[in-house]
Amino acid sequence: MVWTLFFSQVLNGIQLGMLLFLLAAGLTLVFGIMNFVNLSHGSFYMMGAYFAAATLARTDSFLLAGLAGVVGAMALAWVIERVALRRLYSHDHLNQVLATLGLIMFFNELVRMIWGSQPLFTAPPSWASGNFAFGDIGYPSYRLLIIGAGAAVAVGSYLLIHRTRIGMLVRASSTHADMVAALGVNARLLNTALFSVGAGLAALAGWLVGPIVSVQSGMGDTVLILALVVIVIGGIGSIRGAFYASLAVGLVDTMGRAYMPQILRGFLDRNVADAAGPALASMLIYLFMAAILAAKPDGLFPVKR
Amino acid sequence: MSFLSITGLVKRFGGLVATDRFHLELPKGELHALIGPNGAGKTTLMGQITGELAPSEGDIRLDGQSILGWDAPRRALAGIARSYQITQLLKGFSVLENVQMMVQARQGHSFRFWGPVGRQGDIVQPAMEALDHMGLAHRAHDDVMALAHGEHRQLELAMALAMKPRLLLLDEPLAGMSQAESATMIDLLKRLKGHYTILLVEHDMQAVFSLADRISVLVYGRAIACDTPSGIQRDEDVRRAYLGDE
Amino acid sequence: MTPEKLDWRTPRPWLAALLIGGLLLVPTISSWLGQSFYLSFATRIVIYALAATGLNLILGYGGLVSLGGSLFVGVGAYAVGISAFHGLTNGWAQLGIALVITLVIAVGCGLVSLRTRGIGFIMITLAFGQMFYFLTVSLKQYGGDDGLPVEQRSVFNPLPALDSKVALYYLALAVLLVVMYATWRLVHSRFGYVLRGFQSNERRMLAAGYPRLRYQLTAFVLSALVCALAGVLLANLTSFTSPSYLSWQASGELLLMVVLGGMGTVIGPVLGAVVLLVLEESLSGITQHWMIVLGPVILVVALVSKQGLWGAVLQWKAREHTAAAPPPSASSVPVATEGTA
Repeated sequence: MVWTLFFSQVLNGIQLGMLLFLLAAGLTLVFGIMNFVNLSHGSFYMMGAYFAAATLARTDSFLLAGLAGVVGAMALAWVIERVALRRLYSHDHLNQVLATLGLIMFFNELVRMIWGSQPLFTAPPSWASGNFAFGDIGYPSYRLLIIGAGAAVAVGSYLLIHRTRIGMLVRASSTHADMVAALGVNARLLNTALFSVGAGLAALAGWLVGPIVSVQSGMGDTVLILALVVIVIGGIGSIRGAFYASLAVGLVDTMGRAYMPQILRGFLDRNVADAAGPALASMLIYLFMAAILAAKPDGLFPVKR
Repeated sequence: MSFLSITGLVKRFGGLVATDRFHLELPKGELHALIGPNGAGKTTLMGQITGELAPSEGDIRLDGQSILGWDAPRRALAGIARSYQITQLLKGFSVLENVQMMVQARQGHSFRFWGPVGRQGDIVQPAMEALDHMGLAHRAHDDVMALAHGEHRQLELAMALAMKPRLLLLDEPLAGMSQAESATMIDLLKRLKGHYTILLVEHDMQAVFSLADRISVLVYGRAIACDTPSGIQRDEDVRRAYLGDE
Repeated sequence: MTPEKLDWRTPRPWLAALLIGGLLLVPTISSWLGQSFYLSFATRIVIYALAATGLNLILGYGGLVSLGGSLFVGVGAYAVGISAFHGLTNGWAQLGIALVITLVIAVGCGLVSLRTRGIGFIMITLAFGQMFYFLTVSLKQYGGDDGLPVEQRSVFNPLPALDSKVALYYLALAVLLVVMYATWRLVHSRFGYVLRGFQSNERRMLAAGYPRLRYQLTAFVLSALVCALAGVLLANLTSFTSPSYLSWQASGELLLMVVLGGMGTVIGPVLGAVVLLVLEESLSGITQHWMIVLGPVILVVALVSKQGLWGAVLQWKAREHTAAAPPPSASSVPVATEGTA
């Protein structure tokens, strides 16, 4: 029984890690290559979830919902980048922070206006609901799907970045953006595409996560913070760092919440442990981040410029 | 004992060797010039002495004491001052304030939160004097960005001197200056000779040969010669590598 | 250049005096209008102006973009809330608790955060803010997500009871004016110069012999203490404290006030608080969905503003004046930090 719980918590941790990776991958590239503080990343996650949920309601097709979510968010991102955000690349980080905060506010209110304040309903597809059996132990198939999707994106992005020409451009841009531009590569297009793809990945996460969380205004905010913690730990600009950090954060957070009260009961009074447990658990990843940064201020896999 | 002693200094950037087993013994009060083609590693060398860059190998000793591992502020307080090839001024401040900031670093601590610096004679006086020395006193209250290029270079020197250094590192102080401006600057540098130990990086050969006690020639991070000006002029290696056969 | 003396020949001190004079007269105007709402609203503005002034110390003068401002406001508010909950209503004691806790947290967070620069610093301050946000949410015995009512206001003997709205307003205003003056003195002091020097050219400052960390950490802590002061006053105004005081949205708002009003000036944050809160209040009167308007407004401000409102006013006024007036002081123009916040 104990091991069942442990096993499913580990898988939950990995699943959370995969979701975080989907968000962090795009985010770290935008931060690292374009030196752009994009706090509105969580909004694309949210828009992806909303587009998907709305499409699901209309078409009853899980896959079509996903397509709508990702494509919709990417188009939105493309437009926003071209119209507004690209002017900010040369600005202070402060202006970038403010601008993207303004966007968050805008999108949060927008979805409230269009879809109301109540959470939108979504459900996992019939072919992925139910439990998958690992011998005696059952685990929700849908969550395995998420893990699979995350792993696929991880492998895909590795192949893309290390085995294709575009990937080479991206890698070169992360350390020498001006050089790449000087070589005649259309840097603006690359930036817009990068921003868009990042948003698409976030939307993918939003679509997948719909059935297991509430699709509502502001859902991007908490997950954004987690993604930021991930990229700070992993090293800004590093996808490899984002991958390992996502897994680490996912596991630390999940296992922490599951086992903290128990751990504390080991050396604290039961009441104190039960009260302090959840508090400490929610602070855990930040403490983890602080510890990593104390040793390595630029993250685990810093991208040297 | 040399005042500045650099032994076996090596600096690698990945596969590139920017400083290749550099040696230098600088006695107190000497004005030593460092010349060499662009890319020879002169500025990299300066950076390792000021503490902005950490050497890969080797030792640097100031007045007998190893300063490896000391950070830039500590070296500054130990008496190493530098003027920059690309002017590093404090934008948003006046000319006087720029110099004041240099003086302030050595006038006790700066954890004073109330008294205006403008009324602290122990900071303003030396700063004004330093400006006066450079002939910039009339620009004291102007915004630093309102100065002409030549005046910027003079201010750089004033700021370095305001730090009351023991070792002065001058990185191309004559860069971008007109004939007249250069003449003034060379004059100023002549007056500094003997009072400070100076390491001068310059491309202006006339200045170098009229100012230097000794010259080191740096090519691809290595010193190919180190001698008095007349010795350098006669050196075959130097001719071949740098001055060309004239 | 930040001039030390006020030059009354230029419009700058006059406009500032006008603003301060206006603030001083609010209770009179409010009672004349017969609406006590205005007095509460004005107190809110003053309190946020105080927090913004605190943030301006590291943001405007230190060049450090912190998203952790609301954290310390929250600490101040909860110090009052939790103390009052346990029967401790002595304002001085509550203040002491707030400041000590703030000191500890600020030093801790500052030491970790200041090891990084630029984007990293912004993210870490945001993350720490969030950490404490979740901490307050998890404090179920103190209301958790619902917040904690403050049954009794702080008692600051020998000052009049804060149950009087006028008394609270004047206390807040007095604190604001004192902090503004202290900021002004600090900016021209040795410490102020070093802090601003690092904002201007870190490399040069290091080469001059100034170690960076101790000065920026001190500024970080001072900034936090002022925000905590604001928090103590806020809890007394609303008779309430809640995790929302520590939200990143609240931090963003403070940031916006400073930028909108003019970073690196003493009046800027105050002006920014006035403008932003009045704007929010008017917009929410017009539509329930005011955030959909404010969002793009913030976006535009970010795209367009370099000096904030105060700076813009000064530039415009300066062009009207001829050589008689001294050149526009660079204190109204924040030194552009090229991505090294």
